[in-house]
Amino acid sequence: MKYMLLIYADPDGFAALKPAEAQAAMAGYNAFTEALEKENALVHSQRLKPAGEATTIHVENGRNKVLNGPYVETKEQLGGYYVIEAPDLDAALKWAARCPGSHHGSIEVRPVWEMR
Amino acid sequence: MSERDALAREAADAVARRSYGKLVAFLAARTRDVAGAEDALSEAFASALAHWPAEGVPDNPEAWLLAAARRKSIDAARKRKRGEDSTDRLKLMADELADTNDNVVPDERLKLMFACAHPAIEKSIRAPLILQTVLGFDAATIASAFLIAPSSMSQRLVRAKAKIRGAGIPFRMPEPDDLAERLETVLEAIYAAYAEGWSDPAGTDVHRRTLAGEAIWLGRLVAMLLPDEPEALGLLALMLHSEARREARRNARGDFIPLTEQNMELWNSAMIEEAEALLRRAGGMNAIGRFQLEAAVQSAHAVRRLSGRTDWPAILKLYDALWRKTGSPVVAINRAIALAETKSPKEGLDALDEFAEDKRLSQYQPYWAARAELLARSGNIHEADNALGHAIGLEADPAVRRFLLAKRARLDR
Repeated sequence: MKYMLLIYADPDGFAALKPAEAQAAMAGYNAFTEALEKENALVHSQRLKPAGEATTIHVENGRNKVLNGPYVETKEQLGGYYVIEAPDLDAALKWAARCPGSHHGSIEVRPVWEMR
Repeated sequence: MSERDALAREAADAVARRSYGKLVAFLAARTRDVAGAEDALSEAFASALAHWPAEGVPDNPEAWLLAAARRKSIDAARKRKRGEDSTDRLKLMADELADTNDNVVPDERLKLMFACAHPAIEKSIRAPLILQTVLGFDAATIASAFLIAPSSMSQRLVRAKAKIRGAGIPFRMPEPDDLAERLETVLEAIYAAYAEGWSDPAGTDVHRRTLAGEAIWLGRLVAMLLPDEPEALGLLALMLHSEARREARRNARGDFIPLTEQNMELWNSAMIEEAEALLRRAGGMNAIGRFQLEAAVQSAHAVRRLSGRTDWPAILKLYDALWRKTGSPVVAINRAIALAETKSPKEGLDALDEFAEDKRLSQYQPYWAARAELLARSGNIHEADNALGHAIGLEADPAVRRFLLAKRARLDR
């Protein structure tokens, strides 16, 4: 099955890191990504720019309503995601627990609706 | 109904009782489609009732039902048009066919229970889900036992099954690192089922009465499949100790009899002895846990049968340990009673006072009843009367309410 790991974290936390710490944090993510690749479990992954750079649009009766900012304003924001291949939820949860995001933030594990 | 019909129905009922959960577990283990397995199985039962009267009951009814249910689920998968690819499912079923011979249905019930009690499943629905999938209880029966509207119970069961399938919750034994934690959720669910059955001690409600018995059956199943897990043995011991006193909990008029005043002749000594043996075996494994401690408390009550006295000092120690382990306010109440028995009512009362502000207890009848008892023993009749009034107002069981009312009448005299 495919699962999406959505990483929610406080963006201020990362911004407050000293350069060396930020580097170490990135190294943690890189190692996690490599491990996924080695196990043939990685489908796709992206880090997202801060939620402050998000713009939200909703079309109502043909009119665009554009809002500055993310869809939901919360302290913890979607900061990136991994799409992985895992045999079941337990295996996906195991990967999520290894991801640094589950330590400095939280990870929502969602099964992907597979269309064919 | 002709005699052949009656025989066929009896045979089908017998297989249903014995094998329902085994068949659901096996059918759903690969596909994780519990609802689909249940549907296929109920069609298989219907078809058994149509065929067996004419053709006779097969030698191996379980295998017959399994084969019929598999045919039904393969048909269902073929008919499925969209939303998912059915070839995967057909392949899974073919694998499953290749894996087994037709006479032995492997026992996957424990794996099914682990799926139902998975942390991804909402806690309050785990016990109902196990009751339905492993024991075949219908939603309405479960709903009435858990005091929930049947429609909402059935909705929540459907949602939980959809989650098992949709989220890919596995049907397998947890890894060794996770086993203790996952087993705890399974045991908790079984105990929740037992507790629901226990709350109708007079056995007036047939559904609940069976619930307690079925929970013990599940407890036996887990203890049999995991004989080296001390907490599984502890839970079974706990349930057997409680069940042993069922007949003593009410007198002939249906009045509530508190544990310390029960007629010990009415206790079921075979059950108590089985519980004690289980507890000794669990104790030898050196991994003490909540259920073993609670069973040990029951054992210290049961000792009155032999010595004539409840072992309160042991009970206090056990509740101390339980309190450290669980931090549960319910444990704190029992600990306060044990304190009052071993030291003084005042010490028990002081311990209860620490929870005076705890919102979880303000609507909990035993808290107010314990308070009333300890207040009365310390001579504070007026406050004892108030607390008893509170307890009476919160009690739903008429027999217990009568007991508390009588107690209050004695207090005022």
